[in-house]
Parts: sequence; C-alpha cells; structure tokens
Amino acid sequence: MAEITIKDIIKEENLVYKKSKVLTNNTMSYCPGCGHGTAHRLIAEVIEEMDIQSETVGVCPVGCSVLMYNFLDLDMQQAAHGRAPALATAIKRLMPEKFVFTYQGDGDLAAIGTAETIHACNRGENITIIFVNNGIYGMTGGQMAPTTLKGMPASTCPYGRDIEMMGNPLKMTELVSHLAGTYYVTRQSVHSPANVRKAKKAIRQAFENQKLKRGVSFVEIVSNCNSGWKLPPVKANEWMVENMFPFYPLGDIKVDGQLVTK
Amino acid sequence: MEKELRLMKGNEAVAEAAIRSGADAYFGYPITPQSEVIEYLMAQEPHKRTGMVVLQAESEVAAINMIYGAAACGKMAMTSSSSPGISLKQEGISYIAGAELPCLIMNCVRGGPGLGTIQPAQSDYFQSTKGGGHGDYRLVVLAPASVQEMYDFVEIGFDLAFKYRNPVMILADGIIGQMMEKVEIGPQKVRRTMEEVIKQCPWGTTGKPTTRERNIITSLDLVASRQEAFNLKLVKKYDEIKEKEVKYELINCDDAEYIIVAYGSSARLSMKAMDLLRAKGIKTGIVRPITLFPFPSKVLFDLADRVKGFLTVEMSTGQMVEDVRLAVQFKKPVEHYGRVGGVIPSPEEIVNALEQKIIGG
Repeated sequence: MAEITIKDIIKEENLVYKKSKVLTNNTMSYCPGCGHGTAHRLIAEVIEEMDIQSETVGVCPVGCSVLMYNFLDLDMQQAAHGRAPALATAIKRLMPEKFVFTYQGDGDLAAIGTAETIHACNRGENITIIFVNNGIYGMTGGQMAPTTLKGMPASTCPYGRDIEMMGNPLKMTELVSHLAGTYYVTRQSVHSPANVRKAKKAIRQAFENQKLKRGVSFVEIVSNCNSGWKLPPVKANEWMVENMFPFYPLGDIKVDGQLVTK
Repeated sequence: MEKELRLMKGNEAVAEAAIRSGADAYFGYPITPQSEVIEYLMAQEPHKRTGMVVLQAESEVAAINMIYGAAACGKMAMTSSSSPGISLKQEGISYIAGAELPCLIMNCVRGGPGLGTIQPAQSDYFQSTKGGGHGDYRLVVLAPASVQEMYDFVEIGFDLAFKYRNPVMILADGIIGQMMEKVEIGPQKVRRTMEEVIKQCPWGTTGKPTTRERNIITSLDLVASRQEAFNLKLVKKYDEIKEKEVKYELINCDDAEYIIVAYGSSARLSMKAMDLLRAKGIKTGIVRPITLFPFPSKVLFDLADRVKGFLTVEMSTGQMVEDVRLAVQFKKPVEHYGRVGGVIPSPEEIVNALEQKIIGG
C-alpha cells in the first residue's frame, strides 16, 4: 500500500473548512477570544458565497475595528468616529448597484454616531449595518460605553455604572427597529458554533436585502471584550451569556419590515 | 453660440454651476445666508437633469461625511454652509484632507464668533487658509468677488480638487451669496460614466475587481515614521500648489503709490474707494487675491519696492493683514481697516482709513 502523503489529505473533498478568499493573509490585531475576528470572517464568507466581492464597499469605524480594511480583501473606507452611516449613505446613493455595509462598535454607533445612525435608518438607506456591541470602549482601554450595563465596571465607572449618575444603557437596536426606514433588525452573537451559524444567516439576509431596496438591514452582534472586561476569554463568554443576553436578548426584532411579536 | 445670461443670486449661481459642471452629488444642511444653494438644487431636480444626487443631511457633520463617502468613490461632490456650519464640518474636512480626497466646499461667511450674526463677514479667513480642523493641512481657497465668479469658481474648484486630490473651498460671504448680478452660464457638461470615474480616479472605492489590489481610503497610519512621510508628502503638494496656482487681480497698480489689498466683497467696496482716492489725486491701486491659499505673496513683495504703503480692507478685525505683512516683510507700512459683526465698510471709510493710517501715518 502506498504511503499517504499530506497532498493526498489536502484534497477538495476532504476540506471541511477553509479561510474565505475575501479575508487577507494579514494577522488580525484583535485580542485572543475577541468576537471581531469571527464577525469579520462571517462577513467575508457571506460576500464570497454571494460572489459580490467586486460589488461591495465597506466602511469601518473608529474603535478596535478601525483597521478592518487590513483584514478584508475589499474596497473600504475608514470613517471618522460615528460617521460611517453618512459615508455609506453617499456611497450607496451614488452607486446604488453596489453592496454597501458599515461595521461599527457600540461607542461609534450608539454614542458619537447616534444621529448618523438614526437618520440613515430613518431615511431607509439600502445599506447593511453590522453593530458589534460589547458594552465597552475596547480600543481606548475599557471606558464606559452607552451600552455598558447597570453596575458593570469600566475604567470611567470603576465602581460600576451608576444609573443615577451616568444614565441608562442604550438599546439602540430596539430603537432603530421602530423607525420606518429599517427593514430587517436582528440581534445575534458569535460565542458558540450554533450562534455563529445563526449570525451568518442573519448577515447573509442583511446583504441579500440590499437587492430589495426596502431600507436598512441592521445586525447587532452582542460580543465580548475580555481585555476591557478583565476576564479570560471563556469566562468573558460566560459573563456575556449571564449578564449581557438578559438585557440584550438575542433574536430577530424586525423581519421584512414588520416588528416581531413575541 | 449665443451666450446664456441670467440674473442670479450668488448662492443660486453656485448651485447651477454645480449641476452644469457635471457634479455627481451635493450634500448640505440649511443655514443662513446660504440656504438658497440647496433650495435651488431641490427645485431644479438635478436627479432628473443630470442624475446628480442631492440630499439634505441631518447635520453639517453628516453632510461633510457624505462628501467623504462620495469623494472616496472618485465622485464629484460638493457641500456648502455658512460659518457656524463650516466649523461643524472641520472634523470631516480634516479627514478629507488626510485621506487626500477631492471635494468642493462653499462657505458663505457670516459674522461670528459663536452664532454671531446672519450678516456678511470675512472673519473665517484664518480658519479657511490655515487649515481649520486638526492636523497639518491646507485647503485651496478661492475668493469670488462677483456672482459670475461664484459660478465660474465651481468648475475651477472641482478641477483643482481633482488635480491635487485636495479639498477646495470657495470662500464667499453673505454679500456675494445674496446679491443678484448678471451671470453668463456655461454649457451643461455631461457627468462622467462609472468607467470614466474609475479611469480618472483608479484609487476610488468602487468595488474591488480581480484585476487590482483593494483600494483603501483612510487617514490613519499608526507608524510614526510613515505618518511623518505622509505629512511631508502633503507639504510637497502644497508647495506645488503655491508655485502653480496663485491667482490675483491687479487694478491700477502700475502707477500706484498706495495699495489696497482686499478680496471678495471688500475688493468690490474698495474699487469705489480707489476711484474716490484717485479723484483726490492719491494714486491708489488694488491687489485682489483670488486665491487666498496659495496667497499672492510675491506680487506684494515686489510691489513693496515701489509703493509707499498697503492697506488691507477686510470684514474682520484683521486676519489677511498678517499674510500681507509676511509678504511685504516690513519693507513698507501695512495697516488694516475693517468693519465686523455684519457691518459693511463704506468706500468713504476706506478712503479715510488710507489717508489716516498710511498717508498720515
């Protein structure tokens, strides 16, 4: 019997997983355990599977994913903090046949960019917004975000978020679901294989929807920040399930322009 | 072909010029005294005339970032505002300069600081010519002195913006924006096709085909040495602009003993003052900078050898006067006269200022 070589093993029919060709070979700069890498991969896979790499323009935010353009093999624009939906509005209106998406964190989308987010959603721009919510400012070193939970510590609320002093965490996704210009609004996570599959399906839907020209498709991904949360990756995911999901419950909020009744 | 003449406001002329120059987009937000730009555009329905996109944004901040998004695709995009709104746009303008994107911005200046007044002023000279937002950058700044120039400078501005991949500002004021004059209208230019956009701007984010590397538009570089190299590249670009793009008008300077330096509305007012001074036997000429960046320093430096003094007339407390003094290099006296807060200087006041500050001084 002939010896089995590595060449015999690496065959198309034996492949169960491979890196999307829409991802570059650059090493991702995210912390180990961070959800950004998985979220990036899902976007890349969806774009590859839809065969729209040459038809897609992405907009990355200020925050940890500011260098997203290093990891996705796409034409991309880097926006000023919070302004990605304004850029995406112009890109889509000037090139309506393209697929346009923004990728934004919670500080970017729900604090400094609240106006741009709400108005792009309300105008019903035919874009996809991917909103990664980990309840903290990751890149600047773990400061309180608009989405930081009640009692959750961060470097600018070291004793936990005091609602009386600092106000309430903002449920941006529920908020935009009530705007007439949003067509699809969903909240997902990427912390388990099952959730990754669901999140990918949602992202796919959010890109497919652009063909319909019925408004914004908005996908929140509740994610972790083990550096900012000061937790090891596995513990961070457990903390997320126990604390983030009750306040930010997963699932579809608006489908085909209709609010989902529960 | 017969000339097409129209009676228009300066703001309307800018709007019509944007359509006729083949612009792809205008994004703006209402503010007095420039709201006619977007009002005129909306009434004209340019999406029907040329396919041009016009959108009223939720803020000046959003509008300038829409410009960034459009310009990063290689599209011809324009915005306009007035002083407080231009302050809001500064972040975006800095990013546009940092990402080396072409675009056109019209500032119909009103008095400040703060909410100030809705009356005309020229108090945004520093902000326009020295950068405005954060970081080391410059805009090309054009200063129209008539409604015709408001019209003409749109196409000239777009050409410069794309030639240098740099934001260009038309620095007007409430007088130029609001007054009506006869304007000669140019023919409608055809908007570029997508293929032409890609050919002219191969750097644009128009979707990555398999035939090229991905295009990235960003103003970020975390490696200090690379960021420094980029800053120096910008300096080189600005030096080239200084060398090639200076524009000014000399009026009666050949025999002049005294020079008024004034741009925009102040130059128009100074024309009358010059006539009054000459009627008194005081040989006065005008240097009217048309580009404020690059500034016509050399002509002022040369004139300083054969005139007795300079008076700058600005509707500010004295901003351009600093550039005139730098240009003249203390060879001759340089004084400033201005009215501010929306008050417009009269020709007689300008005559008195020259007599007292330069001749009497």
